[in-house]
Amino acid sequence: MSLSADLCLRMYRDMWRIRVFEEEASRQTGLGTVQGALHMYCGEEAVAVGVCANLRPDDYLLGTHRSHGHCLAKGAEMDRMMAELFGKAEGSCGGKGGSMHIADLSLNILGANGIVAGGIGPATGTGLATKIRGTDQVSVCFFGDGASARGTFHEGLLFGSLWKLPVIYVCENNQYQQWVARKNVAVVDSVADMAASYAMPGVSVDGQDVTAVYAAAGEAVERARSGGGPTLIEARTYRFHGHSLGDRQEYRSEAEVEHWRQNRDPIKLLAAYMRERQWLGDREDAEIQSAVNAEVEASVAYAHGCTDPSPEAVTADVLDTAWRVTQ
Amino acid sequence: MRTMTFRDALREALHEEMARDESVFVIGEDVVAHGGPYAVTQGIKERFPNRIFETPIAEAGIVGAGVGAALAGMRPVVEIMYLDFITCAMDEVVNQAAKMRYMTGGQASVPMVIRLPCGVGRLLAAQHSQIMESWFMHVPGLQVVVPSTPHDAKGLLKTAVRSPDPVLFFEYKRLYVAEGPVPEDEYVIEFGKADIKREGEDATVIAIGPMVQKALEAGIALEDDGFDIEVVDPRTLSPLDVDTICASVAKTGRAVICEEDSSFAGSGAEIAATIAERCFHDLQAPVVRVGSPHVPMPFAAPLVDRVVPGVAQVADAVRRVME
Repeated sequence: MSLSADLCLRMYRDMWRIRVFEEEASRQTGLGTVQGALHMYCGEEAVAVGVCANLRPDDYLLGTHRSHGHCLAKGAEMDRMMAELFGKAEGSCGGKGGSMHIADLSLNILGANGIVAGGIGPATGTGLATKIRGTDQVSVCFFGDGASARGTFHEGLLFGSLWKLPVIYVCENNQYQQWVARKNVAVVDSVADMAASYAMPGVSVDGQDVTAVYAAAGEAVERARSGGGPTLIEARTYRFHGHSLGDRQEYRSEAEVEHWRQNRDPIKLLAAYMRERQWLGDREDAEIQSAVNAEVEASVAYAHGCTDPSPEAVTADVLDTAWRVTQ
Repeated sequence: MRTMTFRDALREALHEEMARDESVFVIGEDVVAHGGPYAVTQGIKERFPNRIFETPIAEAGIVGAGVGAALAGMRPVVEIMYLDFITCAMDEVVNQAAKMRYMTGGQASVPMVIRLPCGVGRLLAAQHSQIMESWFMHVPGLQVVVPSTPHDAKGLLKTAVRSPDPVLFFEYKRLYVAEGPVPEDEYVIEFGKADIKREGEDATVIAIGPMVQKALEAGIALEDDGFDIEVVDPRTLSPLDVDTICASVAKTGRAVICEEDSSFAGSGAEIAATIAERCFHDLQAPVVRVGSPHVPMPFAAPLVDRVVPGVAQVADAVRRVME
C-alpha cells in the first residue's frame, strides 16, 4: 500500500494533536484543573493514528483506560474531550465519565474502558451486530498486552473467529502491565502468536512506525470489510510515561525510557520519513506544530469556559426514565 | 381464557418479539438443540435461522458480545444456562452493561435481556440452584424482573425485550411447568408496577417469584384462622413499586416478606427497610421475613426441604404478625 504525502501529513498532524493534548492535560493535572487518573498515551501515537486512518466514521471503536489517542484519532472533538477531563457538563460524557470513559456515540466511539480487556467482548458483539444486519462496518478494539492474560481476550477472539466477524483486535504491546514488565509474566513473546489458537491471522508490527501500522491495519480492515473475518495485530510500542501520572517508575531505567524517547519516537520517525521524501520542510513542520498548539490551547480555553454539572445531573442517565413500554 | 405453561408463555413472548423487531436475537449455550435445557428457545432456529447463536461455554464472551451488539443497536436476549454461571460474566453485567449509559453521559444504551434460570429445580446442589436477585438490585443501571405466573412471564419478557436498558430476567426453574391463563391478545406489563394477587384486610404478604403461589395457598389455609391476607407481587424488584407495597401495608398494618433466597441481605431486606422508613407508624407488629437460611443450597432432598421455604412457613409468619 503506497502512502501519499497528504496522508502522511494528516497522520503526522494527528500524532502531534495527541501528543500535545496529553502533555497539556498532564500540565493541567499539575494545576489541579484536571483531577483523577491520567493514563498517558505518549509514545504510542502511531498505533491509534495508523489504525484509525483506515476507518470510516461509521466503523466501531472500543478502547482502554489509555484511550485519549484512540478517541482523537477516530475524530472525537478535542474541546469536549478536554472539557470532560475538566469534569464539565459540556464534556464528552457530561463530566460523568472522565479520562477512562470518553465516548462519542455519534462517531461510533463506544467508549474507553476502565477494565483491562473490557472492550474485547463488546467489540466482538458490535461485529456480530454488523454480521446480523449485513452491513459492512468494521470494529476495532484496542487493548494492551496485559489484556492478553484475561479470559475475556480469549473468549472474544474465539467468538470473533468462530463467526468470522469483522473485528480488528489491536494489541498495543507497550511492554509493561502497570508496573510489571511483560517479560516477567508472559510465556510467549509476541501476542500475535496467540492468534494461531483462534485460527485467525496474527501480525506483529513496529508500533513506532506509523507507515507499518497503517499498512497492517489496512490489510486487516480490508479483510474484515470483505467478509474475511478478524485479525489480531500486535503493535510493539512503548509508554513514554509511567502507567499513570505520578508513577515513580522504579521498575524500569531512565536510560531505557530515554532510548525510546530519543530513537523510537513515532513522531520523529515519521518526520524523518517525510523529510527524506521532501514531503516535510521546516516551514510546514513549524506550521503544523503551531496549529496543533493553538488547537490544544483553544480546548483549554473552551474547558475553562464550561460549566460544572448541575447537582440534578447526578441521578440522570442511570436508566432511560422517560421510556414507557407501549403495545 | 386459554391456559399455558410458564415456559410456553416465555417462548411465545420471544417468538412474538422476534417477529415484531428484526433487531432481536438470541444468544447462549445450547439454545438450539432442544431449545435449551428448559426448552424456552425451541422453534426459534427454524423460524429465525439467522438470529439465534449457539455459543462456546464462555459466559463472559456471551454477555460481552451481548453488550456490544446492544451498543450497536441490536436487542440481544442472552440465555445463561444456570443463573449461577452469571458469576463468570460479572464484569460484563456490572461494569459494562449496567454503567454504559451513565459513564457516557446518556449517550449509550444497552437494550439487553439476560434470562436466568434460577432457584432449586432437580436436586443440583450449590452451583446450580442459586437466586442472587439482591446482588443485581444493588447495581444501579440494571433492572431486576421476577415473574411468578405464565401471564406475568409473557408480559414482562416482552417489556424486557423492548426496554432500552439491561434487564436481568429471573426464571425460577420450578415455575417452568406452572400453568395459568394467558390472553391471546397482545399485552405488555410495565416495570415498577406491583400486582395485588389477592386482596385482603388483615396482613400484607409481599411475595417474590415462586413465593407468590405459596402465599396464595397459605392465604386459603389462613382463612380457617380467620385471617384475610393481601398478597402483593412486586414483579420487578428494580424498579420497585414502593407505593403499592406501602399502600397495602398502611391498609393492613402488618407485613410479611417472602423470598426463596437467603433472607440475609436479600431482596426482602430492602423491602423491609422501606416499610420501616415509610410505614413505621402504620405497623401494628414487627415486619417478618420468610426466606432460606444463610447456607449454600445442599443436595439431599431432606436438606433442601429445610432450605426452601414453603406454604407452612408463610402461614406461620402471618400468624406471628397477627399475634
